[in-house]
Amino acid sequence: MNIVVCIKQVPDTKGGVKFNPDGTLDRASMLAIMNPDDKAGLEAALRLKDETGAKVTVVTMGLPKADDMLREALAMGADEAVLITDRRLGGADTWATSSTIAAGLKKLDYDLIITGRQAIDGDTAQVGPQIAEHLGLPVISYAEAIKVEGNSVIVQRQYEDRYHEIKAQMPCLITALAELNEPRYMTPGGIFDAFDKEVTVWGRDDLTDLDDANIGLAGSPTKIAKASDKVRKGAGEKVALDPKESVEYIVSKLKEKHVI
Amino acid sequence: MSLEEYKGVAIFAQQVDNKLSSIAFELIGKAHELAADLGTDVTAVVLGKGIANLADELGEYGADKVVVIDDPALETYRTEPYAQALTAYINEYKPEIMLVGATAIGRDLGPTVSARVQTGLTADCTSLEIGDFPLQAREGQEQKHNQLLMTRPAFGGNTIATIACPDNRPQMATVRPGVMQKLDKVAGRKAEVINFNPEIKENNRFVEILNIVKNVATTVDIMDAKILVSGGRGVGSAENFKLLDDLAEVLGATVSCSRAVVDSGWKPKDLQVGQTGKTVRPNVYFAIGISGAIQHTAGMEESDIIIAINKDETAPIFDVADYGIVGDLNKIVPALTEALKAELANK
Repeated sequence: MNIVVCIKQVPDTKGGVKFNPDGTLDRASMLAIMNPDDKAGLEAALRLKDETGAKVTVVTMGLPKADDMLREALAMGADEAVLITDRRLGGADTWATSSTIAAGLKKLDYDLIITGRQAIDGDTAQVGPQIAEHLGLPVISYAEAIKVEGNSVIVQRQYEDRYHEIKAQMPCLITALAELNEPRYMTPGGIFDAFDKEVTVWGRDDLTDLDDANIGLAGSPTKIAKASDKVRKGAGEKVALDPKESVEYIVSKLKEKHVI
Repeated sequence: MSLEEYKGVAIFAQQVDNKLSSIAFELIGKAHELAADLGTDVTAVVLGKGIANLADELGEYGADKVVVIDDPALETYRTEPYAQALTAYINEYKPEIMLVGATAIGRDLGPTVSARVQTGLTADCTSLEIGDFPLQAREGQEQKHNQLLMTRPAFGGNTIATIACPDNRPQMATVRPGVMQKLDKVAGRKAEVINFNPEIKENNRFVEILNIVKNVATTVDIMDAKILVSGGRGVGSAENFKLLDDLAEVLGATVSCSRAVVDSGWKPKDLQVGQTGKTVRPNVYFAIGISGAIQHTAGMEESDIIIAINKDETAPIFDVADYGIVGDLNKIVPALTEALKAELANK
């Protein structure tokens, strides 16, 4: 079985968000990490590899420095890695990104494609289902458990108040939730080997099944009108009183605001 | 495509178990504002099996038209038959704007349909308005009027971007639940009802639902609560949430929590407020023992009044709180409950 996992290198918005004195985001201080949902997807693929001997290929689209993340994936146990990188692909929205990645996936053998549900920088959750759409595959989003039975996958698909156990025929695409598992660490041997392995690099011209109208900033139907760092609501009052006074303070405010 | 052919504001009226989701009414509320600016009307599109009766409720909440797609394949949400149905609606009726809730259903259906009809989709919007793109006229670029301007947080809530879709139709957005205002229900208000058969065809992309497992029902949806008493890691244990339960009972409030509490297994996920939980904006939000990471505050900072109790005076929750109390929740919360009991008994 061939499993392809799509992963993205993202700024660590969860761990180390820092602000400049003027309240804007200090991007320079942020670490680049493998997106958490994607890492869970990779772990799920590696567990299937452990069980069935599947071959696991990781694919990313990004800047050349995403090579670091691909080598992390190889050190975790992925067999092959592909980096899609080209200036002409930059500034892509989810339509252009998914069109580009789908064109790359068409060059690979796959029975199962796993993506993260969403990346922590964009938070859109759109690229996975849109890749499936471009490839004409069944999609199961929000996976919180995955197993393979013969030529089918059985996935626990999360909703707000329930889950569905869903069976799909392969080939298909699954989007993984970070809650799916606890990703493994790189092994020392794996790290050593990862730096000897070849990362396949594809530019725009390697993606033959892709129309120029669907790539990069120009090929993106959505356009940014403006973007700014969020101005957080100003702090109100802060008091440090003994418990009795604290209670009186809260009660007085609730009265003042006609809550009680 | 000829953009001028596309007219009207449409919303996907999500139903689960043949009951309309709150987001359907929220989308109608926002769609009304947009339609007023554009001088057009609001269509609610409802998909399911045996759902014709839902059209009345959509009319009462303000839909001008309701398109009903009633098909056995649509009984329970599955991506492919729903995508076929909504795509067929868009191709047939050509709305200029198509809004979908940013729910676990909408965030699967939206991207699939937008890719199928080859248009853009803006995820998880928190504000929508009609305006010009580009916002200011620029030399050498046509400024288009009456565009949908879609505003959304990104970067874990640290940045805000406004996005347009000037050259493709429909302009599509998923909209975060709990943010847009419903209209008041008007009993007897009627929508024009249109039955539409999209001729759904089974293909390789149909999946089989083997089993549906519902979570143990929580009686109240935290998104509907007027007062939320929300606890974080600082509460210390599942047992200690009793303090919050007692306070909530006196105030007729609902208990909610932060992600740390769900991760620790103290409370179920449907009570979680924040980026990966629910967005709430009650009249009063008590943040008790919640440090206030941006992933949490993104889901509650629109609350009218925020009261934070935390022993760490540097906790970021104090940056968004209207009233911050530095102190021990184990002492303050029970005393507050008693004081409120006494206050309310005197009324």
